[in-house]
Amino acid sequence: MTSSDSSLQLNHTPGQVKHSGHNLTGFVIFLCSESIIFLAFFAGFSLFKLTSPEWLPPGVDGLDIKMPLINTLVLVSSSFVAYVAERYLHKGNLWGFRIVWLITMLMGTYFVYGQYVEWSGLEFGLSSGVFGGTFYLLTGFHGLHVITGIGLMGLMLYHSFRPGNYDKGEMGVTAVSLFWHFVDVIWIILFVLIYVWQRY
Amino acid sequence: MTSTNFDPRILKAPHPVPGAPDNWKRFLSFNTDAKVIGIQYIATSLLFLLVGGLLAMIVRGELITPPADLVDPTVYNGLYTMHGTVMLFLFLFPVLNGLNNLLIPTMIGAPDMAFPRLNAAAFWLVPVFAVLLMGSFFIPGGPAQAGWWSYPPISIQNPLGHFINGEQIWLLAVALSGISSIFGAINFVTTIIRMRAPGMGFFKMPLYCWTAWGAQTIQLIGLPALTGGAIMLLFDLSFGTSFFRPEGGGDPVLYQHFFWFYSHPAVYVMVLPVFGIFSEVFTCYARKPLFGYKFVALASFGIVFLSLIVWVHHMFYTGTPNWMRILFMFTTMTIAVPTGVKVFAWVATLWGGKLRLTTPMLFCLGGLLNFIFAGITGVMLGTVPIDIHVGNTYFVVAHFHYVIFNAIVLGVFAAVYHWFPKFTGHMYYEGLGKLHFVLTFVGCTLNWLPLHWAGLLGMPRRVASYDPEFAIWNVIASIGAFMLGVAAIPFILNMVSSWARGPKSPPNPWGAIGLEWLLPSPPPAENFEDDVPTVINNPYGYGLCQSQVVDEEYYIQRAKEA
Repeated sequence: MTSSDSSLQLNHTPGQVKHSGHNLTGFVIFLCSESIIFLAFFAGFSLFKLTSPEWLPPGVDGLDIKMPLINTLVLVSSSFVAYVAERYLHKGNLWGFRIVWLITMLMGTYFVYGQYVEWSGLEFGLSSGVFGGTFYLLTGFHGLHVITGIGLMGLMLYHSFRPGNYDKGEMGVTAVSLFWHFVDVIWIILFVLIYVWQRY
Repeated sequence: MTSTNFDPRILKAPHPVPGAPDNWKRFLSFNTDAKVIGIQYIATSLLFLLVGGLLAMIVRGELITPPADLVDPTVYNGLYTMHGTVMLFLFLFPVLNGLNNLLIPTMIGAPDMAFPRLNAAAFWLVPVFAVLLMGSFFIPGGPAQAGWWSYPPISIQNPLGHFINGEQIWLLAVALSGISSIFGAINFVTTIIRMRAPGMGFFKMPLYCWTAWGAQTIQLIGLPALTGGAIMLLFDLSFGTSFFRPEGGGDPVLYQHFFWFYSHPAVYVMVLPVFGIFSEVFTCYARKPLFGYKFVALASFGIVFLSLIVWVHHMFYTGTPNWMRILFMFTTMTIAVPTGVKVFAWVATLWGGKLRLTTPMLFCLGGLLNFIFAGITGVMLGTVPIDIHVGNTYFVVAHFHYVIFNAIVLGVFAAVYHWFPKFTGHMYYEGLGKLHFVLTFVGCTLNWLPLHWAGLLGMPRRVASYDPEFAIWNVIASIGAFMLGVAAIPFILNMVSSWARGPKSPPNPWGAIGLEWLLPSPPPAENFEDDVPTVINNPYGYGLCQSQVVDEEYYIQRAKEA
């Protein structure tokens, strides 16, 4: 503060810095870092797949691809739906945002449900060699991210009902949407590695 | 206010919390002020330096005689494992995060960190995993005993069969430490990228910020890989998977890749900020501009990049194919280039300078000397034939203690002394500081220099007993270790008494350049508040008759009158 003290009157103009809007920067840095855990798991999976002498445990002849493929389509399209929701918010159509955002959440929930159905129909477990271990580790860790994403979207939906919530900006909607795209991209790589690669 | 549409309230981070205590009690509360958090980090970590040092002295007490007589060999395994873990995860990482908290916002003229609450959360995870780790001493079977690298198959054996065991707690503590470090890294990087003072381009930024930025970038890239490996190890240990069990199709060497992909760069996470400290301290006490500022700054990121592609040199003797050995030997040698750029720049800075041998300067000179020595043994160890010969001997132990203690910890002590007056508002006692330096320097040299010989003669590490032919080197080393224990006394005495009733410090006791020295000592809660200086030069213009900021006189006056 420029005080009224006479010794401090040196024709000084205070240098001003505006500090806001770092949340998205921080969140993008977090996502980059988080992607490395998946990268480590993918690297481990590929190494096991390439070097393990007995990849599939006895009595298991691969994974069914139909159900996961439907799941993939739902998750990938939910990313576009999330984008539409964001567009509505930018245009100021609050109810449009809420409804489309809720549809995204429901699509995410369907994905988790599909995952649950798939898991409960499998004849191998976590301890069935590296095949079982990597399968449950990868899909489980990704599933945790999906559930986190749905939770965050729910929080955003709840916040949208606070009066004047978007006066100071988008209040985290962009970050959650980015997280959802991230979860989506990770799933595409995971799907190719686990389900598509097994055929070749 | 001259600006019309400027609202000073947006500068206010969500603190200080109304009614938050302003006395010493704030250091025990969930405070979001970076300067409070910085001191919380440093005080906590110095406490664990004592704990880790005590463990080290028991280890050295055991090794003073050839047979395993002081402690049981199993206890010995737990002792060195916990010594390494405490020193890295509870001393070095927290102490450097503490320095980051104090220095980064003040050096770049930011009121606080970008995410103050995340910052406080990162700190308060430290006591949580500290309690976990310390608690593992008191559970059946004792603490983790697989060494700080926790290699399978030893780490996944669980001989007593308890679900909760020392290794499991160790893994949980490491995971929590990782979360805390990631929170910290996101905060530091965002703050450096987004919150610099007006006019402070990257090439006008203090080198400490450059190196801290580089170090935190490594945390962001490397730590998740270790976390991935640790999760898989925990599953193997507790939930019956076989990622690292060969009998289930797993591969124990994969864990080593995950571990060293992070844990080799982790050395640079620790040493890079110390390079920054060297650059700040040498210029200040040699009264000369930093030689080759831009090259020293860019070399930091050269080191970051190279540090991520050298990890296999820790695995030369664990069944690595030959082409990989040659490749990683080459990258390991290359890292001497950016490091050499820095070392030559410091020597050129010191050259012909009128050195003021204050305590921080002495610590930095000692640290630099030791670092050059450690760099030479490092290049030796990076050479495949030498590494296969001396791998897992005391030569390796001596080398990395030369890096981690003799260079890094000396640099950390230098920083603590150099910035002590700034952040406490009191001068430390120079005599006690110099006594601390002499005891530390002599102690660390006695402790680790002889162990190079013991290692070259073939003394294996991590064994409680050894052949009597190595006795002389171990006796000298143990004397050095106990001397380092004694060195803690003048340090603690100095810190406590000078903070309690040391002479008041002026804003800039060293005549140093840098935004932090334009603030009163100690700086107010929001540093420059809404009157941030506009930077026009880098902070190394010693003897150049140039000012670092516009209206420098005004800020100097303001700090004096506060």
